[in-house]
Amino acid sequence: MINPFVFIALPMGMAFLIALIGHQYKKSPDFLANLTMGILFILSAICYGKSTIYYIGNWSPSIGIPLVLDGLSGLMLIIINFIGFMSAIFSIQYIEKFYTSKLRYYGLFLLTIAGLNGIVLSGDIFSIYVFLELASISSYALVGFGCGAEELEAAFKYLIMGTIASFFILLGIALLYGATGNLNLAAIANVVQSQGFSDPIKIAFIFLISGFFIKAASIPFHSWLPDAHSSAPSSISAILSGIVVKITGIYCIIRLVYNVFGATVLISHILLYIGLISIILAGIMAFMQTNIKRTFAYSTISQLGYVFFALGIGTPLAIFGAMFQLFNHAIFKPLLFLNSGSVDYQTGEKVINKMGKLNEKMPVTSTSTLIGSLSISGIPPFNGFWSKLIIIIAAVQANLIGPAIWAIIGSILTLSYYSKVLKCCFFGKGAQFNEEKWKSFREVPGLMLIPVITLAFMCIIGGIFIIHGYNGFFGRPVKDIINGPLWYIQSVFGSYK
Amino acid sequence: MIYALAITVFMVGLYAVCCKKNIIKIIQGVIIMEYALNFFIILLGYRKGGIAPIINKITDMHTFAAQSVDPLPQAIVFISILIGLGLLALMVALAIRLYERYGTFDITEMKKLKG
Repeated sequence: MINPFVFIALPMGMAFLIALIGHQYKKSPDFLANLTMGILFILSAICYGKSTIYYIGNWSPSIGIPLVLDGLSGLMLIIINFIGFMSAIFSIQYIEKFYTSKLRYYGLFLLTIAGLNGIVLSGDIFSIYVFLELASISSYALVGFGCGAEELEAAFKYLIMGTIASFFILLGIALLYGATGNLNLAAIANVVQSQGFSDPIKIAFIFLISGFFIKAASIPFHSWLPDAHSSAPSSISAILSGIVVKITGIYCIIRLVYNVFGATVLISHILLYIGLISIILAGIMAFMQTNIKRTFAYSTISQLGYVFFALGIGTPLAIFGAMFQLFNHAIFKPLLFLNSGSVDYQTGEKVINKMGKLNEKMPVTSTSTLIGSLSISGIPPFNGFWSKLIIIIAAVQANLIGPAIWAIIGSILTLSYYSKVLKCCFFGKGAQFNEEKWKSFREVPGLMLIPVITLAFMCIIGGIFIIHGYNGFFGRPVKDIINGPLWYIQSVFGSYK
Repeated sequence: MIYALAITVFMVGLYAVCCKKNIIKIIQGVIIMEYALNFFIILLGYRKGGIAPIINKITDMHTFAAQSVDPLPQAIVFISILIGLGLLALMVALAIRLYERYGTFDITEMKKLKG
C-alpha cells in the first residue's frame, strides 16, 4: 500500500529541487514538473477506492497528526493530480510565450499542488490550516505572476480577501481548541457528538464556515474570484477554478459539516439557499461580461452553486449528484480556461467582441470549446447533463419544487451565456471583428492540444460514471459523507495499534 | 476579560483592512489582525502562576500536570508567526510592484478591473 505522505513530500521536494537546479539546466523545470505530476496522477489512481491511515511518527491519533486517506480524499486526490497534470502539460509552451521565469512558475505550481494534497489528506484541523496557507500563498503569487498592472491589482485583492478568510479560519480553530481541547478532527467530532453544540462551538463553527465560504467564493463572498481567475495565466486559472476553489472551500465545508459537526437542519438550509442564490445571481452577472475569462470565472461561481445546493438537500441521491457535479466541473471548467488560453496564445485577445470565426482557423480549439460549453450547460449526452439531472431529481424527491425550478432556470441561463461566447468568438463574429488580423491566425502547437483533447474526451464519456450508481465510481465518497461523524471517529481511532 | 481585548484588537485590524484606502495601512491592518490572533491563541494556554512546560529528571509529574501551561498553543503560534512572515513578505512585494505600475498607494485609483 502506498504511503499517503508521498502526495505531500514528492511535489514539495520537487519544487525545491527545481529551484535549485533550474538555473543550470534550462529544460529541467518542464521535465521535472511534468514527471512529478504524471507520477502523482498514477499514484492517486492506484490509491482510489482504498482506505488507509498513516500516523506520522506513530503517535496515537489524539496527540499526533494522522493522514487519512478515505473515499472522499481519494476522489479529491484524483481530481487535483489529474487537472494539475493536464495544466502542467499545457504550461510548457503557454508559459514560454507570455512569461519569463519557468522555474519560479513550476516551483509555485508544485507548492500549490502539495498544499492541496495536504489539505485533503490531513486529519488534523491545524495542519489543514497550514496546508491551506501553503496553497493560498503560492496561488496569490501565481495570480500576480505576469507583474502587469491588472495582475498585481487582482493578486492584491485576492490576497486581502484570502487572508481575512484564513484569519477567520484560524480564529475558529482557536475557539474550537479552547472548547474541545483537541485539534484532531475525529477527536473534535467525538466531543461535539457527546456534548452537543455548546455556545463556544457554535461561534467557532460560524467563523470556520464563513472563512471557508470566502475561500469557496459563494455569492455574498465572491468579489475576489472574477478578478483573480481572469487575470491569472490561463493554465493557473484552470487549476484555480478547477481545483483550488473546490479543495480550499467545498472539500473543507463537506468534511466539517458532514464528518465533524454533523449536518443539522439550519446548516443544510444555509447551504441550500447560498447555493441557489449563487446559481442565479452569478449566472446573470456572467451574462453581462465582455471578457471571455471573466465570463468563465462567473460561471465557476454559478456552477459550484449547484454543489452547495445539492449538499443542502442532503439526501444520498443529492450527495451523489454533488460529487458528480464537482467532478464534472473539474473536467469542463479547466477545459474552457485552457481553450481561452489557446485563443489568447494565438490572437492576444480576451474581449469577446473583438474576436470571430475562429472555427475556420482553430478547429480543435473551437470544437473542444463547443463540447465543454454544451457539457457545462447540461445538454445530453455530455457529463454535465447527468449531474444536473440527478441534482434536480433529488430536489424534487425532497419536495423542494420551487428551488428545483430555479435550478433549471439557472441551467438555461448557463446555456445563454455560453451561446453568446460561442457565437461571438468561434462560430460567428463580434462587433469589432478585425479581418486583417484574423488571416494570420492558426491552430496552437500540438503539445497544448493534448490536454484539451483529453479533457474534451472526458466530457463526452463522463456520463458513464453514472452506471452502477452507489456501487460505481462515486460510491465510496458518497458513503463516506453520508455515514457521518460516528463512522469518521471509528475509522480514525479504530485502526490505531 | 482579556479575551475581549484580543477580539477588540482583531476588530481594529479588520476595520483598517476594510475601510482604509492606503495599501500600507491595509497591510498594517493585516498585521494587527495576525498579532491579535496570536495573542488570543497564547491566552488559551495561559494558567495563572503556571510553570514552563519542560520536563526534566527532577520534575514530579503530578505537580507538572497541575501547574504547567499548555504547550500546544505555543507551538501553534510559532507556526502561525512563520506563515505570517511569508504572507507579509508577499504583501510588501506586491505593494512595491503596485507602486511601480500606478505611482500611488491609493487603492481607489487602482480600478483597471471592472465588475
